Amino acid sequence: MTLIDLANPTRFLALTARVLPWLAAATIILLTIGLYQAALAPDDYQQGATVKIMFIHVPNAWLSMFVWGVMSIASLGTLVWRHPLADVAAKAAAPIGAAFTFLALLTGSLWGRPMWGTYWEWDARLTSVLILFLMYLGLMALWRAVDDPSRAARAAAVLTLVGAINLPIIKFSVDWWNTLHQPASVMRMGGSALDKSFLIPLLVMAVAFTLLFVTLHLAAMRNEILRRRVRSLQMMQASRMAFSSDMAAGSREDNASKEAGAA
Amino acid sequence: MTALAALIRRDIRIALRVGGGALIGVLFFLTVVVLMPFAVGPDLALLSRLGPAILWLGALLASLLTLDRLFMADHEDGSLDLITMSRTPLELACAAKALAHWLAAGLPLIVATPVLGLLLNLDMIATAAVALTLLAGTPALTFTGMIGAALAVTLHRGGLLMAVLVLPLSIPVLIFGVAASQAVIVGPMTFGAPFSILCALSLVSLVIGPFAAAASLRHGLD
Amino acid sequence: MSGLNQGDMRLSGHGLRCVRGGREVFAGLDFAAGSGEAVAVVGRNGSGKTSLLRLIAGLLVPAGGTIALEGGDGELTLAEQCHYLGHRDALKPALSVAENLAFWADFLGGERFDAAESLAEVGLDHATHLPAGFLSAGQRRRLSLARLLTVRRPVWLLDEPTNALDVAGQDMFAGLMREHLAAGGMIVAATHAPLGIESRELRIGGMA
Repeated sequence: MTLIDLANPTRFLALTARVLPWLAAATIILLTIGLYQAALAPDDYQQGATVKIMFIHVPNAWLSMFVWGVMSIASLGTLVWRHPLADVAAKAAAPIGAAFTFLALLTGSLWGRPMWGTYWEWDARLTSVLILFLMYLGLMALWRAVDDPSRAARAAAVLTLVGAINLPIIKFSVDWWNTLHQPASVMRMGGSALDKSFLIPLLVMAVAFTLLFVTLHLAAMRNEILRRRVRSLQMMQASRMAFSSDMAAGSREDNASKEAGAA
Repeated sequence: MTALAALIRRDIRIALRVGGGALIGVLFFLTVVVLMPFAVGPDLALLSRLGPAILWLGALLASLLTLDRLFMADHEDGSLDLITMSRTPLELACAAKALAHWLAAGLPLIVATPVLGLLLNLDMIATAAVALTLLAGTPALTFTGMIGAALAVTLHRGGLLMAVLVLPLSIPVLIFGVAASQAVIVGPMTFGAPFSILCALSLVSLVIGPFAAAASLRHGLD
Repeated sequence: MSGLNQGDMRLSGHGLRCVRGGREVFAGLDFAAGSGEAVAVVGRNGSGKTSLLRLIAGLLVPAGGTIALEGGDGELTLAEQCHYLGHRDALKPALSVAENLAFWADFLGGERFDAAESLAEVGLDHATHLPAGFLSAGQRRRLSLARLLTVRRPVWLLDEPTNALDVAGQDMFAGLMREHLAAGGMIVAATHAPLGIESRELRIGGMA
């Protein structure tokens, strides 16, 4: 099956229907392995067992940026190549990216609590992730603000690409702002060289979470395609009724329900 | 279902279904609060002292900016004409719309306050105080802001002009809201005095707002 | 459709003067309509047809003259006894057809009839759950008509009512108007095209 075939929504639905159960199973297996290895890893001499939050925090933080990258590519697909599934991919990815970003914030906050004494600290890294979270939420609001999906897609695509360009700038500015106000942060959240016993579980978890994203993303894309079909059917039903001057709409109703069943 | 209940239910339904939903106000609130440390610096002690002020300013701006379109949509699609011709007094209809707006857009701000208090390093008691003052004060913001929204329809202007007109009217609410929160946190002054005045301001605005808005709308129906 | 049971009513205006945006639209206008009568207001664009309807509906204040309804409900204002069907349809696109109609039925107050039957009479019974935003202009007009059927008021003020309707829709609407008149109601309609029912002509602003 060529890539062009995949672009057809019906073929996409058929393919993902077959592939999703396997992806879901692989995700669960990898997550289980990763969590098991994480539990087995030794405690940090300084942070104790709480360092293990890193196994969830770091993959989530990495994914929050990865998903924005996926959305950026999808946005290019919408604007440059006009790929039919590109805007579906972009729209479906946004809430998932926001969720990963939120989890990164949450786990980061819990990780920092023993060290800082508060649940939140305006350090450079967490602050950048918080701004990324706001940008995700803004993007989701934009998707919902425009009724027509294709117009919303173009606006969202522009915003996504602008965001992608701006993210390094924001990150740099926040780093600068942070050094301006505070001495160099003593605590390193997993930045130091990692021992192999940490590195392998971390990589496994990273792959597992990535698989989780792929699974959820494909499932969300299926939902979005079906949602758009429902909308098209409703619009077709409305317009079909508008053109009929025959009040006895019995036969037309039969046709409408047959089409709805075949979708 | 009574007329006013039907109007409140309709407005809440539309607020939840259309556009970013009413939660866009919460997102704006969150954004404003996040902006503050970049201007003020990440010093947690300073942020917690400024906390109630930052939260109140954020809620104030979020309220006013979402109120702008309170009557515009109904005016544009002809619903306002019919509302005027119904057997419900226009003042009550305005009050009902403002109430629906407060429920859909104001209450979520109050619910979001604990999370934002976390970002500003406020302890639980301080956050609870701010949330309580917001609960008492946001009705005043909504019912005062509705006057600006009605003027926006009459004058066919919106946006910043209306905000500029209505903001001075909101200053007393801001003063007593922040003062009541600070009384709990820092506290030589009692909580009761500013809080009572805050409640009084809300009650007064519940009366003045609908009358002023209705009067303004009647003149603007041409 | 049950009768309005209002007895004999008379809607009349004397010496009406309308000023909009500093310009005098018309002056010294008289009109009258009794129970069971329809008045078709004709005139060129800008002559004040819509303004006259809005004056009766209470949405505009006359610069001179009076309007009165004799024989109606003494406790209600004139506006509260009129239906106004303007250019805009007062529909919320985010709500379904049924939700839109139910809202107006609840809100407008007064004697209320079955909403589902009204939708059937205007031919929208198969669209009740569709979001109103998906309707065509003609269907939106029909939904507005359903509002006139669900809440009964004696005076119908119609502004270009058959504008978006196709031939079948216009026939249906003419039938509804006849029923309204037969039950003792009154109609004042601003229109370019023939109304489709017997009506008295009121010309504003000279020859069209």
